Amino acid sequence: MIKLENVSKAYSAGIPALNDVSLHIETGEFVFVVGDSGSGKSTLIKLLLKELEPTSGSIVINGQRLGNIRHRDVPKFRRNLGVVFQDFRLLKDRNVYENVAFAQRAIGKSAKSMRRKVPTVLSMVGLAAKYKSYPRQISGGEQQRVAIARALVNEPKILLADEPTGNLDTHNAWDIMKLLEEINQRGTTVLVVTHNLDIVKTMKKRVITMKKGVVVSDEQAGGGNED
Amino acid sequence: MRISTFLYTLRQGAKNIWKNKMFSLASIATMSACIFLFGVFYSVVVNFQSVVKEVESGVAVTVFFVDGATQEQIDEVGTQISKRAEVSKKVFVSAEQAWDEFQKVYFEGSEEMAEGFTNDNPLVNSSHYEVYMNDISMQESLVTYLESLNGVKEVKSSDIAANTLTDFNRLIGYVSAGIILILLCVAVFLISNTVTIGIAVRREEIAIMKLIGATDYFVRAPFIVEGILIGIIGSALPLTVLYFMYRRIIFYVAEKFRWLSSMLEFLPVDKVFATLIPVGLILGVGIGFLGSRMTIRKHLKV
Repeated sequence: MIKLENVSKAYSAGIPALNDVSLHIETGEFVFVVGDSGSGKSTLIKLLLKELEPTSGSIVINGQRLGNIRHRDVPKFRRNLGVVFQDFRLLKDRNVYENVAFAQRAIGKSAKSMRRKVPTVLSMVGLAAKYKSYPRQISGGEQQRVAIARALVNEPKILLADEPTGNLDTHNAWDIMKLLEEINQRGTTVLVVTHNLDIVKTMKKRVITMKKGVVVSDEQAGGGNED
Repeated sequence: MRISTFLYTLRQGAKNIWKNKMFSLASIATMSACIFLFGVFYSVVVNFQSVVKEVESGVAVTVFFVDGATQEQIDEVGTQISKRAEVSKKVFVSAEQAWDEFQKVYFEGSEEMAEGFTNDNPLVNSSHYEVYMNDISMQESLVTYLESLNGVKEVKSSDIAANTLTDFNRLIGYVSAGIILILLCVAVFLISNTVTIGIAVRREEIAIMKLIGATDYFVRAPFIVEGILIGIIGSALPLTVLYFMYRRIIFYVAEKFRWLSSMLEFLPVDKVFATLIPVGLILGVGIGFLGSRMTIRKHLKV
């Protein structure tokens, strides 16, 4: 599903952001990637989204070698990935429904498809009743749920979450994690980049720990390496 | 493309203009000023060219025949003249008609002086063709051709008139092209600025679109629509104002300056605007498209 072989990424002269990283994530896995700031977690997400090109090595996602994807085919590739960010990145001038529908519209789905899928995915994240609300009218946890709904509405095979609980209190953070676990149980591969070691320890999922661009540990049902 | 996507793109383009009101207004105002100036210039130029054309149509070359030329020779010359594409009209003036005309001009009021010539036409060898042209710039080559014809003794023409009119026409062409070019550049620059700001305002939305997997077209189209809408509004407004202004001006001049009508006749409003409206709109839309396209290529790498 996701395969990195000897991937390095250097932005400029100096220490590379990623250094000879090899990873293999199977379909349907739930994986945490943990590490301090500057450990290369965000660079990893950007490489997986093909926002960045690796300096060396190869990345294969859903059987597609990213280095072989032409520029004009990148949008089509990204439709297989859902992505969620720490700062939610919702469109402030659109309500909850429109924010989720936007993801369908952006890939040219019909109005009929939007009417069918958006309410379903909003129910799934528990926001069916708030579809008319604007981002400023709902809590941070709810905003992150909208972002997850937006990431899921196009039915991606993989969900990438970059610090999804970073802006949330403990209660909301847990709610989001439970939701991500539910999504994973429905068959979506979930990769969560996080700082929150409490959640990581409690959830007993696979944990990849990174430090200075290198994978220092990879534990099944781990608790993260605190060093 | 789906109709819903097309309508969405149109709405987003209009929204861009609204979100970015001040810059959009500045762009529309500048575009309006450009198209207005273009319209004024065009109206003046076409009217002037119509006057020049009128003057040109009165300029003719005169073809005289060799002494003792037979009617057959004269007819043959006439046939050859008619074959020329640049000739709009030819008029045959016989020796008698030439003498009658001469008398009218030079013996007016003292016709008795001409009576001595009653049976002896002094202009016996003055039968000729007056040849009028479609395009006065062709006069020189026509004269050379006419001089080469069998039976032609002399071709008289006014080089000064022809050259002055041709040069003037050319000058008008150059000046109008220059002004239009400058206006185009200013308008393209302003639209480009507006779209650049629109892109900056929507940077976050663009980033989300790219991550979701929106196509280049989907990301870029609203900005193209924005440019085109500015172009349409910025050209429709001044064209409407110009239409009524032109109508009012020709009416006013015809009323207040009747003495001018013998020298200067304005082209009717419908004739001028039948060309000006489509050209102005195409220009506006073209500038809008060009300005936004250039900008998204530069600032919107998707």
